[in-house]
Amino acid sequence: MSVITAGARDSGVVTWRNLMNVRRQPDLLLGATLQPIMFVLLFAFVFGNSIGDDPGAYREFLMGGIFAQTVAFNSAYTTIGMAADLEKGVIDRFRSLPMTRAAVLVGRTASDLAVSAIGLLVMSLCGLLVGWRIRGSFLDAVLGYLLLLLFSFAMSWIGAYVGLAAGSVQVAQSAGFIWMFPVTFISSAFVSASSMPGPLKVVAEWNPITAIADAARDLFGNTARTGVLSQSDAWPAQHSALYAMLSCVVILVIFAPLAVAKYRKVASK
Amino acid sequence: MPPPASSIAVRAEALVKTFGSTRALDGVDLEIPSGTVLGLLGPNGAGKTTTVRILTTLLKPDSGSAFVAGHDVTKDPDAVRRSIGLSGQYAAVDEHLTGYENLYMVGRLYGMSRTDATSRARELIGRFRLTDAGDRPAKTYSGGMRRRLDLAGALVAEPAVVVLDEPTTGLDPRGRLDTWEVIGELVADGTTVLLTTQYLEEADQLANTILVIDHGKVIAGGTADQLKAQVGGERLEIVVGDAAELAVTARVLGEVGSDEPGTDQNQRRVHVKVDTGPKALVEALRRLDQENVAVLDVALHRPTLDDVFLALTGHVAEEEPAAEEDPKGRKKAKTR
Repeated sequence: MSVITAGARDSGVVTWRNLMNVRRQPDLLLGATLQPIMFVLLFAFVFGNSIGDDPGAYREFLMGGIFAQTVAFNSAYTTIGMAADLEKGVIDRFRSLPMTRAAVLVGRTASDLAVSAIGLLVMSLCGLLVGWRIRGSFLDAVLGYLLLLLFSFAMSWIGAYVGLAAGSVQVAQSAGFIWMFPVTFISSAFVSASSMPGPLKVVAEWNPITAIADAARDLFGNTARTGVLSQSDAWPAQHSALYAMLSCVVILVIFAPLAVAKYRKVASK
Repeated sequence: MPPPASSIAVRAEALVKTFGSTRALDGVDLEIPSGTVLGLLGPNGAGKTTTVRILTTLLKPDSGSAFVAGHDVTKDPDAVRRSIGLSGQYAAVDEHLTGYENLYMVGRLYGMSRTDATSRARELIGRFRLTDAGDRPAKTYSGGMRRRLDLAGALVAEPAVVVLDEPTTGLDPRGRLDTWEVIGELVADGTTVLLTTQYLEEADQLANTILVIDHGKVIAGGTADQLKAQVGGERLEIVVGDAAELAVTARVLGEVGSDEPGTDQNQRRVHVKVDTGPKALVEALRRLDQENVAVLDVALHRPTLDDVFLALTGHVAEEEPAAEEDPKGRKKAKTR
């Protein structure tokens, strides 16, 4: 059997194992679904009325941001999943088997991608309830979802690296989440980057989360009514889909090899 | 008759491994003839787990060489992994998968087809007496059942060499007996086994040959009987009701024992080393009865790991910080 088919089979087996875990513990899905719902409702009704003149316009703006934030948080689930496998000795068993090394990571990121897709579906339904609509073309909407899933997958590899470096579930639980807050809030996910002061504005403009959120708004046709929440004129904002795509590729190119190298090293200390 | 060199299943020479300033392994040699069981006996932190992790390719030695089923662990780790089954100190069972699914997954990861992995998993579930529980998630299993499932996982690919790292640590007595029985069956099948343990009794029950390891060095080796002979067998203790009977008791124990009896006047106790265990006990009681000595209490102490260590090294088997041997994070997994 060739290396590639063996790798695909091993990754498939690990993905199956992870998804069986999700099926047997449906509460694992709560984080991936309830949290975005909570964010949609909180931001739509708590902030929505104080940002801009038109609450409907803010909700329209908000959904792209919450989509981006939710898929970014996928990395935290990967972090915790990897750390838990490491702690329980599952990784040791995997490493003692004649299987493809990277399959544990591919399987983990693949199953988290599936969970992420469920989260996106639930969140879209919740968005529809608060008045959000897809106003662009069908093709653009499909591209929008694909871009979100690609970003989710890329973030998952950062999460895998963090989880392997964390060493324990306790550390992973805080390490996995804590860096997500500044990363997602210093972006145009919830407010326009152009409203932020000096240095924060620059960070937000070049933050991949901004690009993902802006690209999602574009592809879902949610930019027409946003008024005061208009995008900045920085290059990433003007080319959000391209910059978002590039960000995903760069993250994958950096973190996939890092995570694989960490995986090789981590249990052989 | 010593086996020819070709039937050596595992051979390690001069293995050295340091973690920071700790020399976890300081030149370990071992050899396991095919179809035999080697017990690696030592306290926490002695280097047992480090040895196992090197032989199972989870860890690279700083120096030295090791071959498992003819394959070099550092140069051809994949071939080694295809030849071994590992059952860890912490049962690496996925508790949300059923017993059957756990074994199916391992089979698939050994490269078996779906059909083969399915039938092999079913077969092992039956053989390890998990049939009734096979389709329940493993988290509903008792400690002994989990350990059996973990052992079954090590056998999925019918490996030439099975490595059992402290298979009964953390089990209650019943789970321990249960696990011994399963390992005993394994051994009867002619599988080569490397077993690590902290319990002399366990090595005695299961292993053909025992290596005693301490501070990263092999300090003694031989059969259980040979080791016990070094320790001096068991110790028989008799407590009598009347201090006046101590002299006659000491005389009788001197006759059945293998060294000079010792007497504790305050406790009215006499003790002696014996080589024949319960037989010596029965004989001593029979003779004391003939002498009309009223025996209050009697005890036969089997040699413990501490006795072995005391005899071999002159120091007691000390508990060392386990972190030296366990990579970070693994310690916390020991919750069940």
